[in-house]
Formats: sequence, C-alpha cells, structure tokens
Amino acid sequence: MSGDAKSQSEFVLSEVRPLNSDPVDVVIAAGKIREICAPGTGAARNPIAQVIPGAGQVLLPGLVDLHTHLREPGREDAETVHTGSQAAALGGFTAVHAMANTDPVMDTAGVAIQVWRLGREAGYVDVRPVGAVTVGLEGQRMAELGAMADSAARVRVFSDDGKCVSDPVRMRRALEYVKVFDGVIAQHAQEPRLTEGAQMNEGVISARLGLKGWPSVAEEAIIARDILLAELVDSRLHICHVSTAGSVDIIRRAKQRGIKVTAEVTPHHLLLTDDLAVGYDPVYKVNPPLRTAADVVAVREGLADGTIDIVATDHAPHASEDKDCEWDYAAFGMLGLPTALSVVAQSMVTTQALDWAGVADRLSTSPARIGQVQDQGQPLAVGEPANLAVVDPDQTWVVNAADFPGPSHNSPYNGMKLPAKVTATFFRGRATVIDGELQW
Amino acid sequence: MKHLLNTNDIGRDEAVLILDTASEMANLTDRSVKKLPALRGRTVVNLFFEDSTRTRISFEAAAKRLSADVISFSAKGSSVSKGETLKDTALTLEAMGADAVVIRHSASGAPYRLATSGWIEGSVINAGDGGHQHPTQALLDAYTMRRHLRANTGDLSGLKVMLVGDVLHSRVARSNVALLHTLGAEVTLVSPPTLLPVGVEQWPARVAYSLDEDLEAQDVVMMLRVQRERMNEAYFPSAREYSRRYGLDSERMARLPKDSLVMHPGPMNRGLEIGDMVADSDRSVIVEQVANGVTV
Ligand SMILES: [Zn+2]
Repeated sequence: MSGDAKSQSEFVLSEVRPLNSDPVDVVIAAGKIREICAPGTGAARNPIAQVIPGAGQVLLPGLVDLHTHLREPGREDAETVHTGSQAAALGGFTAVHAMANTDPVMDTAGVAIQVWRLGREAGYVDVRPVGAVTVGLEGQRMAELGAMADSAARVRVFSDDGKCVSDPVRMRRALEYVKVFDGVIAQHAQEPRLTEGAQMNEGVISARLGLKGWPSVAEEAIIARDILLAELVDSRLHICHVSTAGSVDIIRRAKQRGIKVTAEVTPHHLLLTDDLAVGYDPVYKVNPPLRTAADVVAVREGLADGTIDIVATDHAPHASEDKDCEWDYAAFGMLGLPTALSVVAQSMVTTQALDWAGVADRLSTSPARIGQVQDQGQPLAVGEPANLAVVDPDQTWVVNAADFPGPSHNSPYNGMKLPAKVTATFFRGRATVIDGELQW
Repeated sequence: MKHLLNTNDIGRDEAVLILDTASEMANLTDRSVKKLPALRGRTVVNLFFEDSTRTRISFEAAAKRLSADVISFSAKGSSVSKGETLKDTALTLEAMGADAVVIRHSASGAPYRLATSGWIEGSVINAGDGGHQHPTQALLDAYTMRRHLRANTGDLSGLKVMLVGDVLHSRVARSNVALLHTLGAEVTLVSPPTLLPVGVEQWPARVAYSLDEDLEAQDVVMMLRVQRERMNEAYFPSAREYSRRYGLDSERMARLPKDSLVMHPGPMNRGLEIGDMVADSDRSVIVEQVANGVTV
C-alpha cells in the first residue's frame, strides 16, 4: 500500500490562499509546514519538492470530524475503518472520531485500541475512538471510561450515540466522572418515549404522509435537562447533531450563562428539509430527522454566531439492503464525509453567513479543541504539523455516490451540483489526496 | 394515470370520470353481463402484505369482471413470507410480467417505493398503505355518497361530510379528506386532540373536538375505526368514555337529517365507535359500501 505518494514527503503548495487571504507558497517537509514564502518562490527554494499548483485555491487546516460512524467492527459490509478513512481524506479531513455503536460496542479499551490501530494502519487520517458511556449502549451500567481514557487510544469523547443517555441519574454520573481526565459526554438528544416508532419530523409533512412523527421537543427536552445537569456538576457537555430552532435557542441562552456546553450541526441539517420525504425514499431517513425550512435557518444562524460550535458529519454508511426497502423498515443515516465541506460552502459560504476563516474554525479548530486532538486544527504557521486541506472554491461538481470509496452509497446529495471541491489533502505531511484523487 | 397511489393526485374532472365509469360498470353488472373484456390478456397481481380478506376479494372480483388474469399473494401464504423483501417480491412480479400490482402494506409509502424505485414496470394501485392513504376506499365512499345524495352524477359540491374518530392513524381519513375536498364537499373532522396529527390544521377540513356541535347539518357521517388498544397508549381513558363522547349511538343518529348517510370503512367495532342499532339501521350504507367496492 505504500506507493510514491505515501513516501513522498516534500511538497510546495504554490500560490494558495491560507483561509482565503493573499496567496503564498507553502512548503511541506518532514511532516510539518517548513516554510511560508512569497507566491512563486517556493519551488526554487525547495528543488526536490513536488509542486502542487494552487492558484485561486483556499488552504485550510485539515478538517476534523467529531462524529463519524466507521461501522468496524461488525458491519464491514457497510464501511470499514479503511474505506471510511479514505472517504474522510477525499472530503479534506485529517481526523475523524469513530462512534461507539459498533458490534461489539466500543465500550472497552480493547475495542477502542483495535479501532485506533486500524486507523493507523489505514494511514489516511487520525482515527480517534469515541467510547460508549454505558455498557453495550444500554443506558445502564457505566462503561470503563477511565480505562479507555488511559489506553493508547487516549479516548476523551464519550457517547452512546444512536441512543440517548436518557436516565438523568446516569447522565449526571457520567458528566461528573469524566472530569477526572477532562473528558466530554457527547449526548444524542432523543427522549425515547416521545420518539417510539418515530419516522420523520412531526409536522405538516408527517401528517400528510402518515409517517409517525418525531417532535422537536424530544430533542429539546433532553438538551435543556442536560444543560442543567452540566451546570449542576460543572462539567463539559457536547450536544450531537442539533436539528431544531428550539435547541439552538436553549443552547444560546446556556452559553450566555457561562455553562460549558458545545454543540454540533450536521451538513444535512444545514441544507435539507423534511419535505424530501414525500417520495418515501429512505435515503432521506436520518436520526435526528430532517426538519423544516425554519429550523434550517435557525441552525445556520446558530453556526454563524457560534452558538453551534462545529459542523460534524454523522457520516452513517448503510448497506443497500438497509435502505432499498420500505421507509418504515429502513435504517437511519446518510453518508457525509466526502460532501461535508461542499455542503457547508453551499449553505454557509455562498450565503455569506461564514467566511473561509469561519469554516476553518467550525470544521477544524473547534472540533479539534472539543475532542482534544493533538496536532490537529492548528494555525497555518511554520513549524505546525502539516495537516492541511486545499479547496477550490470556484469548482462545482456533481455528486456521484457510486464513486465514493466503501460499499455504501446512501448519499442524499447524489446527482446534486455542489460548490467548492477539495483538491488536495495532506495528513502529517503526506499527500492523501491530490487533484481530487486518493493517492493510494 | 399510470398509478393510483394517493387521492391528492386525482383532479376534480378525473375523479368525476372515475365515478361515471364506475356507474356504467354497475349498470352493466345489473344487466347481468358479468364479464367485460377491458383487461383481457392482462395480468393483475394482488399483493397483500397486510391481511384484508374483504379488500383482496373485492379486487379479485373486480379484475376478474374485467377479464384480467389474477394472481394473489398474501402475507399468510408462503410467497410473501418474512424475510423476503418488498424489492425481491417486486422483482419476482416483474419477471412474471405483471401489468398491474394492487398492493396493501402496513408501511406508509410502500406503494410509492414499488412505483418509483424502478423495480417494476407495471401500474401500481394502492389498496391501503399504513397510516397514509387508501384511495380506492375513498373512491368507493365518494361513489356511495354520490349515488345516494347526488343522483349518481357530477361532483359532491356543498355536501357536508363528517369524519369521526381516529384520524391520526387513519389512511381512510387522509384519502377521503383529499378526495372529498377535490369533489367540492365540506369536510369536518371530529376527534379527541390525541387522535389528530400535528399538522392537521393544514388539511382542507374543519376540525372539531365535539361530535355534538353540528350533527344536525351533516349529509354524511363516517365513523372511523378505533382500535381498543389505543386506550392502553393513553389516547383516551376508556372504551366507555370514548363511545360516550365520540360514538354514534341511536340518540345522536336521531339528530341527523332524514336523508343523511351513516358510513364506516370497516371492520366495525360495534359498541365502540358505532352502536349496533345504528350500524344495522336503514340509514346505514355500510354493507352497500362493500358491494360498491367491486364496482369502483
Ligand atoms: Zn446520533
């Protein structure tokens, strides 16, 4: 698997614009940014380096995803650590957080270390395991959070994602316990009783389609409760995939009061709405469900003003048989890694809600900070680790999910024309992607 | 019209044409011409993932009357057993050369998947999907109303129709509201708030919580089936309280105008949403509803 690209270690990114500022040449060597010099001068000063033309392109710190489902171990027919890492690299990512709802569940140091090692072997991105909060994601006994934190995988983010830690006592204990190693509980906010059998956002569309509704309050009630718990025990709470206007409002007020809460929004909740369900195509079935246009406006505003700290993909590959069926029987989730940056460009940059520096913050700096990922989300400065993404902001592309690495193709953007293309990705100084192509 | 999935897709003229065609068919039947050649040489498959002997028999009889070859699959048989997916079944039907598939399914939208996913070429007729739609039931209900109250011609302009009961879970309510509105009827939904969907305020119907408000003005009262299990999920306190507040008993029926109709899509829960006396009274067209199913 080690081709030329993997061993090649010196590059000149010529005439790139760091965070869309004035063009420079950026020299990468020995895994770090060795030099930043006047545009057009880098090649002459580094004759053995491979030159990557970057005129008109934006240089970002490598993207960091706080919420990825890699499906290994257990559902390698849907995704593996290897193929998920490839999808991440294509999307400009240099780190992903692998969620715990694998089979077996990532509720022990052993499984966490296994996934972390698989990530290192694949070599495209840092794979940071997320530990389960409770054994088997069953919401009862606390998993060995300390053992996972102390292991080689250095787990810092814990989540029962896919399920909500709905018992308030257990949620309180978990929030308290992770203070020992400065961990964070990432809550999948879904009140289980209010969402039994729920299929899509509860509202005008669900009433018409006869699909069981998923009320906004099922998310908001848990967020409100957990914010109060985090305040009570003075611990760090992270809210996964915020999807409703009411949630944004609750988090905004909590932050004003100084409570240590952070939040994420997915690309799909920034762009897509519940009316896409009208044809009953389960590619639009996701948890939490797609909401209304008013909710989309609210989460965009929340992301722009910092109420929502980050974009996280909730990349959720599913084998075709789990989507090629009746809506009620289909699995929840959609692919997100290869399209995340373009969807953020579409929903936030072209609408001027965020500039590219803002994109770098929401997709790299802040998620690296929340996940405590070393060497990621760093400034674009000499001496920093060369985890970088190069984006052509003017290139539009038509999504073809069949081209994505990995066996799953459940992208809701299939056939859609999106702005901004990731042209190159560098992970610890090595090119994982050049010209939009994986390098090995 | 290639498929029949949803009464929202049927325009006013199209609906009237369907009802007119149904009356012609009925005339022919009365003249004891039992078979028409309309679908000779065509294969119609009845695909019943959810059991409904009555609906299945109606469709079989109707297709046979139109000279089609009929094949029936039902969930209780071996062919649509657990494990075989809708997609696999559809591919089998396609291989058999089905020209039309009549599907009944407990999952809302299953007929859409069949019609739009490219699994089959033929027409798809929705014979009831989950809590979504039951367009043929709505058509036969409209046919029945028109026959009795509009001399079997034209649309249903100005007709006052009340649908009473579990609107939330009812595909009959959804398909009837849309079709009746298209045909010009004024629809009122009567239900406890727990059995109304969030979003019902956007439907082309008036919503009321009390059955006693406007009973005297109704041309048609249609009682929707209420499953007794709903009270275990706290939709209402008890069968007794439900029938007291939302059941059509003899007393309430006495308040209806003389020529009004009492309807029920069946199967009935006698003593819950409808009283014995009411169900069997001369106002009740419930048995005729079944017969008209074949016609439509
Ligand atoms: Zn989740």
